[in-house]
Amino acid sequence: MTAELGHFALIVGMVVALLQGVLPLWGTFSRAGATRQALMALARPAAYLQCALVTLSFAALATAFLSNDFSVAYVAQHSNSMLPKPYQFAAVWGGHEGSLLLWVLLLSVWTLAVGLFSRSLPLEMVARVIGVMGLVSVGFLLFILTTSNPFERLLPAASDGRDLNPLLQDPGLVIHPPMLYMGYVGMAVAFAFAVAALLGGRLDAAWARWSRPWTVIAWMFLTFGIGLGSWWAYYELGWGGWWFWDPVENASLMPWLVATALIHSLMVTEKRGGFKAWTVLLAIAAFSLSLLGTFLVRSGVLTSVHAFASDPKRGVFILIFLAVVVGTSLTLFAWRAPRATLGGSFAWISRESFLLANSVLLVVATAAVLLGTIYPLIIDALNLGKLSVGPPYFNAVFVPLLVPVLFLMVPGSVARWREAHMSEVLHKLRWPGALALVIAGGALAWGGSHSVGTFLGVALGSWVALGTAQLVIERLRKPGRIGASFWGQHVAHFGMAVVVLGITGVGSYQVERDVRMRVDDQVTIAPYTFILRRFDEVPGPNYKAVRADVEVQRDGRFVEVLQPEKRRYFSSAMPMTEAAIDSGWLRDLYVSLGEPLDDARTEWSMRVYYKPFVPWLWAGVLLMVLGGLLAAADRRYRR
Amino acid sequence: MSAASVFIRWCRACLLCVGLGCSWGAWAQTPREAAPLAEDPVVEARLIEISQELRCLVCQNESLASSHAELADDLRREVRGLIRAGKSDTEIKSFLVSRYGDFVLYRPEVKPLTWVLWFGPFVLLLVGLWVLVRYVRARKAQVAPVALSDEQRRRAQDLLRG
Amino acid sequence: MKKFLLPLALFLGLLVFLAVGLQRDPREIPSPLIGQPAPAFRLPTLEGGQTFGPEDLRGKVWLLNVWATWCVACREEHPVLVAFAQKNSVPIVGLSYKEIQPQDEAAKFEPSRKLQVARERSVVWLQRHGNPYVTSVMDLDGRVGIQYGVYGVPETYVIDQQGVIRYKRVGVVTPELLANKIGPLVAELNRS
Repeated sequence: MTAELGHFALIVGMVVALLQGVLPLWGTFSRAGATRQALMALARPAAYLQCALVTLSFAALATAFLSNDFSVAYVAQHSNSMLPKPYQFAAVWGGHEGSLLLWVLLLSVWTLAVGLFSRSLPLEMVARVIGVMGLVSVGFLLFILTTSNPFERLLPAASDGRDLNPLLQDPGLVIHPPMLYMGYVGMAVAFAFAVAALLGGRLDAAWARWSRPWTVIAWMFLTFGIGLGSWWAYYELGWGGWWFWDPVENASLMPWLVATALIHSLMVTEKRGGFKAWTVLLAIAAFSLSLLGTFLVRSGVLTSVHAFASDPKRGVFILIFLAVVVGTSLTLFAWRAPRATLGGSFAWISRESFLLANSVLLVVATAAVLLGTIYPLIIDALNLGKLSVGPPYFNAVFVPLLVPVLFLMVPGSVARWREAHMSEVLHKLRWPGALALVIAGGALAWGGSHSVGTFLGVALGSWVALGTAQLVIERLRKPGRIGASFWGQHVAHFGMAVVVLGITGVGSYQVERDVRMRVDDQVTIAPYTFILRRFDEVPGPNYKAVRADVEVQRDGRFVEVLQPEKRRYFSSAMPMTEAAIDSGWLRDLYVSLGEPLDDARTEWSMRVYYKPFVPWLWAGVLLMVLGGLLAAADRRYRR
Repeated sequence: MSAASVFIRWCRACLLCVGLGCSWGAWAQTPREAAPLAEDPVVEARLIEISQELRCLVCQNESLASSHAELADDLRREVRGLIRAGKSDTEIKSFLVSRYGDFVLYRPEVKPLTWVLWFGPFVLLLVGLWVLVRYVRARKAQVAPVALSDEQRRRAQDLLRG
Repeated sequence: MKKFLLPLALFLGLLVFLAVGLQRDPREIPSPLIGQPAPAFRLPTLEGGQTFGPEDLRGKVWLLNVWATWCVACREEHPVLVAFAQKNSVPIVGLSYKEIQPQDEAAKFEPSRKLQVARERSVVWLQRHGNPYVTSVMDLDGRVGIQYGVYGVPETYVIDQQGVIRYKRVGVVTPELLANKIGPLVAELNRS
């Protein structure tokens, strides 16, 4: 019954979404009068109702999981009675159908938020924004109801479920997809604001000011979601990698890059009334890339470790949806954007021009990632064969594009609006610049490497970190209140610098040892020693594991006991590696258990890593998220 | 003291020393440094370097270096053999490409088919910068900065002050 | 204002590629060995006491079918091959690929015993499911498979009189495939 209730709620929700999408927008096209006001005023209540219905539907699915209702096909495919309760709940989004329901739920939550926090906006604007979001909801709800219904029954019911993929039985699953989807879906808000502005013919600084906090919060979630995904891969997959340029990862990076460009472009539109058309285009692009990502991941068009099971019918639907949403918005853009007025003028060297350069660079970087991701598809579609584009390509093309972006972050923050002088800017920044070069040189000397990449990475990371610190210190010395947005900007920039230093550090100085170990064997990666003390057989709720106790010493003194495991889940043939990590401020020690090398299982292959600066990667991401939060919390957005 | 008792005392002393020595050895037994998993770390390092740029053909997008698939094991064994035989990276890659096609390379070869891929972003960057320059130039011609009148200046001062 | 139409134009172009891409299978890899000479090898046969290599069938058009007893899909295509062998005079040679798997007990035996076990298993399997092969060779370590670009089982090659590979099928051979592709190709090659 619960499943049917959930299904019914979804159908009603779709009808409400349709009304939410059509009626307020119709109102905005009508002539002024009581009808117009009434139609537009329907936006908020419709949004609230839709949110309630979708939440009900989601709750129904969650109940089916938590009560082990294996008569629901989706539950039988992704759950098991022995699965721990938190994972039973997270398994709701462990597969294609449920994750789409999560998408729609979060979209309705964002719409609810827009309804609640838009008191200072004109009703017309609110009607348009909520209307557009309603139409997007309709598309997704229709998709779920026609091709991806999570409430389908399995008759006769299974006695027990197939269990959740062991790789997903991890806290990472509980938090990564929701955070990531909050980001993806949040881009719909920026998109809706852009389309609303185009529809109303009102592209101005006010629109930019309304749009900006929503965009920043969505960006914040996206940053967090991507970071979580990386961190999860790092500790879960057992060999310490954190980014593979997999199509699904790229699908999340592209909206992030464009959203970053969008936030910076919105600044100019808000302050100087400039770049209006470009900003609107970026807002459309960010959400379009979110949708494109959804297509790439669920249509079977690209192979990926991440891809959901694909079905050509689903691919066709999403493609049509993509065509409609992006096609109409870009047509609207071509029609309305030319009317946008120009903002204030600016010189060759000015904050505007730096931000414009930032936009160009980030868009080119996004294009490079997009090109690399779909090139195999293009070549295949042209019948020119099959090729692969992997990490070597992306590292060679994408990373160099980031160099100017990182470099310009500091002068861009220093330069004045309208007109700045390069000599003045550089003079102001002479200390960060000089110190950055010294530190980079020092890093090369300390590590004994001659790598250009290491030098650039350390230099740029230090440059941004020191430059940002200097700006903050200088500002603190001046009188006057400092707004949250100031802190947000600089904390986020500083976070980026920390990320860059982390990536450079671990990439340049990581040490890996693949060894065969018996009890009492040790591995030395100075100044640490890893001693294998014992093996144990450890039972789990739905698996059996072999656990190794590896004692870590530093210069002879005890540090920690790491316990990597090799698990055999009852439901799956493949053994799972659970790596053990000791995290410090400056390094991670990472141990992963391999395979037994003899019949008696006394000798095992093991992987031991010394990963310096990797914690900075995660710390930097958290700083960026904090920066976003601070920026969005600025008082001027709450008036 | 008789020769026998000296001898016995001497034996006891030796046994004591030997006994102490043995137990000392057992007590302070240093753990053995683990042997590398690979037979030849130099060859293995090169294998990892090469196979990180090769694709595992039976996986959902994994490199040959990290895959646990059976075919990946077999291919790594082949590549190891080729490395030991002194083949260059290019020769090893063409060995695999001639049997499995371009699909096996994660770094696409730079050839006319992939010129757009390799040079496209760079060209796009140049185009972007050129458009940026033209845009700024055109704007400066169109929008001349408007000078503030005295009244406006006074209002601005008031607003800034309080 | 034509420049404002540029994003839309680019998007439509992308859409076309995505639509075409939907109809392609990204996992299907064409073989670069088409048109190349079939790699030489010399492997022990199933029957024992003999070896076989592709030059033994020079002058004839023949099929090379990669199979194994542990391969589930092979069971699906096997009756099709048996029926084809009965009705045609095209020789089919089997390549028993990695019959002894790494997790197998027999994987630890020394080579001649391993070969014997593999032979025994294959003979039993062929007796049960039918034998379409004029002979079957034992590729225990998969090295010949790698020479032929094998990455999944079953796979089937069509090789002509000069020993050149003319066609490769990755996956099961279906009656439709035999009727529409392999059969006509073999007939055409035999004519020339």
